[in-house]
Amino acid sequence: MSAVSDTAQAGTAQAAAPGNPVGRAVADSLVIARRNLIRMRRIPEMLIFGLIQPIMFVVLFTYVFGGSIQVGSSSSTQAYREFLMAGIFAQTVTFATAGAGAGIADDMHKGLIDRFRSLPMARGAVLTGRTLADLVQTALTLLVLAVVAVLVGWRTHENAGKVLAGFALLLLLGYAFSWIGALIGLSVRTPEAATSGGLIWLFPLTFISNAFVDADKMPAFLQHIAEWNPFSATVQACRELFGNLPPGFQASDAWPMQHPVWASLIWSVAIILVFRTLAVRKYRSATA
Amino acid sequence: MPGAIYAEGLVKTFGDVRALDGVDLDVPEGTVLGLLGPNGAGKTTTVRCLTTLLRPDSGRAVVAGVDVLEHPDTVRRSIGLSGQFAAVDEYLTGRENLQMVGQLYQMRAKAAKRRATELLEQFHLADAADRPAKTYSGGMRRRLDLAAALVVSPPVMFMDEPTTGLDPRNRQQLWEVIKQLVSGGTTLLLTTQYLEEADHLAHEIAVVDHGRVIAKGTSDQLKARTGGERVEVVVHERDHIRDAAEVLRGFGKGETTVEEHTRKLTVPVTGGAKLLAEVIRELDSRGIEMDDIGLRRPTLDDVFLSLTGHAAETETGGQAVRKNGKEAVK
Repeated sequence: MSAVSDTAQAGTAQAAAPGNPVGRAVADSLVIARRNLIRMRRIPEMLIFGLIQPIMFVVLFTYVFGGSIQVGSSSSTQAYREFLMAGIFAQTVTFATAGAGAGIADDMHKGLIDRFRSLPMARGAVLTGRTLADLVQTALTLLVLAVVAVLVGWRTHENAGKVLAGFALLLLLGYAFSWIGALIGLSVRTPEAATSGGLIWLFPLTFISNAFVDADKMPAFLQHIAEWNPFSATVQACRELFGNLPPGFQASDAWPMQHPVWASLIWSVAIILVFRTLAVRKYRSATA
Repeated sequence: MPGAIYAEGLVKTFGDVRALDGVDLDVPEGTVLGLLGPNGAGKTTTVRCLTTLLRPDSGRAVVAGVDVLEHPDTVRRSIGLSGQFAAVDEYLTGRENLQMVGQLYQMRAKAAKRRATELLEQFHLADAADRPAKTYSGGMRRRLDLAAALVVSPPVMFMDEPTTGLDPRNRQQLWEVIKQLVSGGTTLLLTTQYLEEADHLAHEIAVVDHGRVIAKGTSDQLKARTGGERVEVVVHERDHIRDAAEVLRGFGKGETTVEEHTRKLTVPVTGGAKLLAEVIRELDSRGIEMDDIGLRRPTLDDVFLSLTGHAAETETGGQAVRKNGKEAVK
């Protein structure tokens, strides 16, 4: 031992106190989350571009399609406007997938994942930290989007508790989807591939749903997909919690549409469990 | 007792490619091993296996007295890794990068902060400490990357091609830093494609080719294998080549080789500087004008060539080369 220099001894002593594993996992995740939030602050373009598309959708759907899409028994523009917002909110939070995917693919590409993996840190912390930072970004995006929605005439008709519960479900859905993004980011070779790989499948997923139109008017087989789409459950739950169901709207008999809040919770938690497990396993053997 | 870094029969295959084909290493505590080889020889894969980033298909590795395959997390507490690509977050400042790494080594925030300041001073980055790493030059980034690997002063360090892509001045600077580091007792495994770098920094050199260590020894030992010194002359005029060759034959201990297009003649000799002076006098007296003359000792390039049958920089596969390499071990 005497051959080991003083500094080396001091160094290993500093590094040798692992503490309890849960505390360590939380602490490490927060360090990584902080790192990603600093990055977010230094690259504000990411947040801004993340906002442009949903704002565009709000405006386009409200003013271009708004007058010609009928929901429930009402064909009023106001009814569609209120019906639409939950769909756009939900679509926006799922775009966190692309952000998480691109970020993690970029870290792989630059060799940062190698550095993290050579450190005595909790295994899942790099991914948990990233998804937590994405959650903050999603929350900011939702906030801005909600303000824009109010400006174009969106109103809620339930108490504040329910409205907040609706937003909580949206954030949970976004958090779940960022774990899908994490797995994509670890599986592709370049950040660009992660971005497109994180977006392509989101379009059918979000359009074959109740997000923009009443699923009852789709062909039968699409209607079934739409009703059981995890995405639809959250949209339906938000409409109920916001009081945005159009007059004369008949929810279908499918279980998720009858119990949308539960369906949304179950779907999101299931996605987190499955994709977190897969992503952490992938991370452990990740190679740049 | 095995050294601070010990590997036995490491094998790793990627699909059909046998990246590691039974690597054995033993690095005594406080020494520097240079892992020398061309691109694709298996240097990086070796480092990745030893630093817990990659699980070998078979073999055994012990780092800082801990089995790498059985207790990877314990190993991670005793090692520092500095990679081929400067792995720092370019949007974080130098200080934030080092602080983050410190905290991930389970240091408290305050201690990590203090350590970051110390390292920034030590690596001459104090002035740039609060600028995003994106604004750093290549050399600064490497220094930051190296500093990140040293946050807890780990007893065992791995550096994967630490100076690849740096200009000579920055390379020299980094060498000084590395020398200081190992003078403090750190055990270091360093991979490099630069023969000069291994020569300069390593106590012992292991030459790797096709996933195997094909030769091991000090720089002098390896050079001695390729034979002794030789005289190299570049004559001014093509017409003088023949005369010069005749002179060299008189002094040489072996065959004279001639490169017509560069007008360069080479002959193995014994007798050092004294002999060189005699050669010069003789060439001069015959009126042969010289552009260059010198006594050359074998370089590691020569070593590499004679061990593998191909130059370090080029990549030539094939059985013949491999066979050559194996023979050279014996």
